[in-house]
Amino acid sequence: MAIFINKDTKVLVQGITGSTALFHTKQMLEYGTKIVAGVTPGKANTVVEGVPVFNTVSDAVKETGANVSVIYVPAPFAADAIIEAVDAELDMVICITEHIPVLDMVNVKRYMEDKKTILIGPNCPGVITADECKIGIMPGYIHTKGHVGVVSRSGTLTYEAVHQLTEAGIGQTTAVGIGGDPVNGTNFVDVLKAFEADPETYGVVMIGEIGGTAEEEAAEYVKNHMTKPVVGFIGGQTAPPGKRMGHAGAIISGGKGSAADKIAAMKDAGIAVAPTPAEIGETFIQLVKEKGLYDKVKTH
Amino acid sequence: MNIHEYQGKELLRQYGVAVPKGSVAFSPEEAVKAAKELGSDVVVVKAQIHAGGRGKAGGVKIARNLEEVRSYSKELLGKILVTHQTGPEGKEVKRIYIEEGSNIKKEYYLSFVVDRQTSRVTLMGSEEGGMDIEAVAAETPEKIFTEVIDPVVGLAAFQARRLAFNINIPTHLVNKAVKLMLGLYKAVIDKDASIVEINPLAVTEEDEVIALDAKFNFDANALYRHKDIVELRDYDEEDEKEIAASQYDLSYIALDGNIGCMVNGAGLAMATMDTISYYGGSPANFLDVGGSASAEKVKEAFKIILSDHNVKGIFVNIFGGIMKCDIIAEGVVKAASELGLQVPLVVRLEGTNVEKGKEILNESGLNITAATSLGDGAEKIVKLVG
Repeated sequence: MAIFINKDTKVLVQGITGSTALFHTKQMLEYGTKIVAGVTPGKANTVVEGVPVFNTVSDAVKETGANVSVIYVPAPFAADAIIEAVDAELDMVICITEHIPVLDMVNVKRYMEDKKTILIGPNCPGVITADECKIGIMPGYIHTKGHVGVVSRSGTLTYEAVHQLTEAGIGQTTAVGIGGDPVNGTNFVDVLKAFEADPETYGVVMIGEIGGTAEEEAAEYVKNHMTKPVVGFIGGQTAPPGKRMGHAGAIISGGKGSAADKIAAMKDAGIAVAPTPAEIGETFIQLVKEKGLYDKVKTH
Repeated sequence: MNIHEYQGKELLRQYGVAVPKGSVAFSPEEAVKAAKELGSDVVVVKAQIHAGGRGKAGGVKIARNLEEVRSYSKELLGKILVTHQTGPEGKEVKRIYIEEGSNIKKEYYLSFVVDRQTSRVTLMGSEEGGMDIEAVAAETPEKIFTEVIDPVVGLAAFQARRLAFNINIPTHLVNKAVKLMLGLYKAVIDKDASIVEINPLAVTEEDEVIALDAKFNFDANALYRHKDIVELRDYDEEDEKEIAASQYDLSYIALDGNIGCMVNGAGLAMATMDTISYYGGSPANFLDVGGSASAEKVKEAFKIILSDHNVKGIFVNIFGGIMKCDIIAEGVVKAASELGLQVPLVVRLEGTNVEKGKEILNESGLNITAATSLGDGAEKIVKLVG
């Protein structure tokens, strides 16, 4: 089961002929991801890494039946690439590109209203369902198949959490990076809902960071609707206010977005909050032991 | 990216937003000349630094004659101004703005921000002008009104009108306020501003609606399409190390601790700072080398970390996704040997090409302490720095 993507997902790579895209296309293919098409305007009728390239997303969909796209297009053209994928009615578009102007994303989100496509990102590591399908830039080898869902605003911190789980013998269903931009697609709540509905997922690790109120909204959802155990962590507990910590979205401003507020909201919702990022795995093990679920999530 | 008030006002003029007359000065002589040209009875001398709270900190003076303009300019230029936004070290005033005085009848607040919850640009206004808007939001939230803007149609005139009525702009001046708001919105969209704040917006005795202050923040991701805005950048207002970092596309923020950090990914970089603090250490910086670092870039990152003389040790924490560990390792070795590293260095590598990376470090012959995990690395560097 898992969520969003699986071994049958047919993937389309937008911007496939760029060097980053090529590197990761190779990595994704090695992992077993079914990449059926690539798109680079003007490069139709060529083949890279055994994948046929098309001029437009709609051509690629017509010819190959691709249902999920991943975007490696440079920032100035990325918003247009998302809109093109939405126009072609893909189920999901995963945008890896970082540094997209925020007003471009405001327009994209407006365009996406009432459309069927789900957007993950931008500025995210992608989505991976262990042993089935890897879409994005995460290192595949750290993931093992199991029963824990992971959702995070940060790329490398997601790897950190997954790595700790795997080392502790706890496999994962799907890991979703929702990205670090202030205006993005899918949020924590959407992903938590999907994990709650997935019979294969028994528990969730949720990693937030300073800035905005998405973690507070997620905590509210967990409190009212979630039956599965959730472990959380908030990055940026020692970040000074008013300084943007790399991610455009990671800034404490206007009295909103501090780590203390988020941790309080999470604890209030019954989420077990790891004191340091190095203890996300341990905190999860402790929680599932308390809930009597340890034997069910221990995979290796 | 931030700009000065006088630059913001110049931009507003281009969009038909009413602002008082004024010009920038770099010396008392220029200030007096500017005041003479204005020819108004009262002149405001305003310190130009990239921080709010200038008024309360003594950075805004009312001069009633040219002699006062000269003495206030002398006083302000070169002064270290400490406001609630500058930090305790304050900021040196290098430019002043000489502006005609206004007969203020009442002050209001206006701003445009990109709101994360609605994913829309939002217009915000209040009749509590001149105040700290965060305090207004906390104490009297009913006095703040918002209009959420649909990007397809832009700010509709009726929305601007509704806001003007809500914040009690005098009825006969509502159309002037609407014109100002529409101009402001156009500036926001044209120039990719992520925040514009007019505090205060003033209604004058002469029945004008004018912006008395202008605070702009521009989206760094959109600067590539705004050469004119990039030209307004004032390097004096920024940390030298942060400027050097931005030239190499590194994301660096100076902090006041003594453990230099080099990490890939903003989230992990923050988490690394948190973990160092947890073990009783204090990070000297936030540094995200990004997803596509070359060995050269890693070397520059090292240089920047080491140019901070408070740094007593360095922790490199890399979890490679896009970033390949062998490239980081090459950069670390190159930097450490070329720069003659004098402080302890702890390196934790994980991810794509990790084995190759570890091999490069081991074979380098450099004094590098290897760490097996984030927690292990943080603990080790805190101990080594002591």
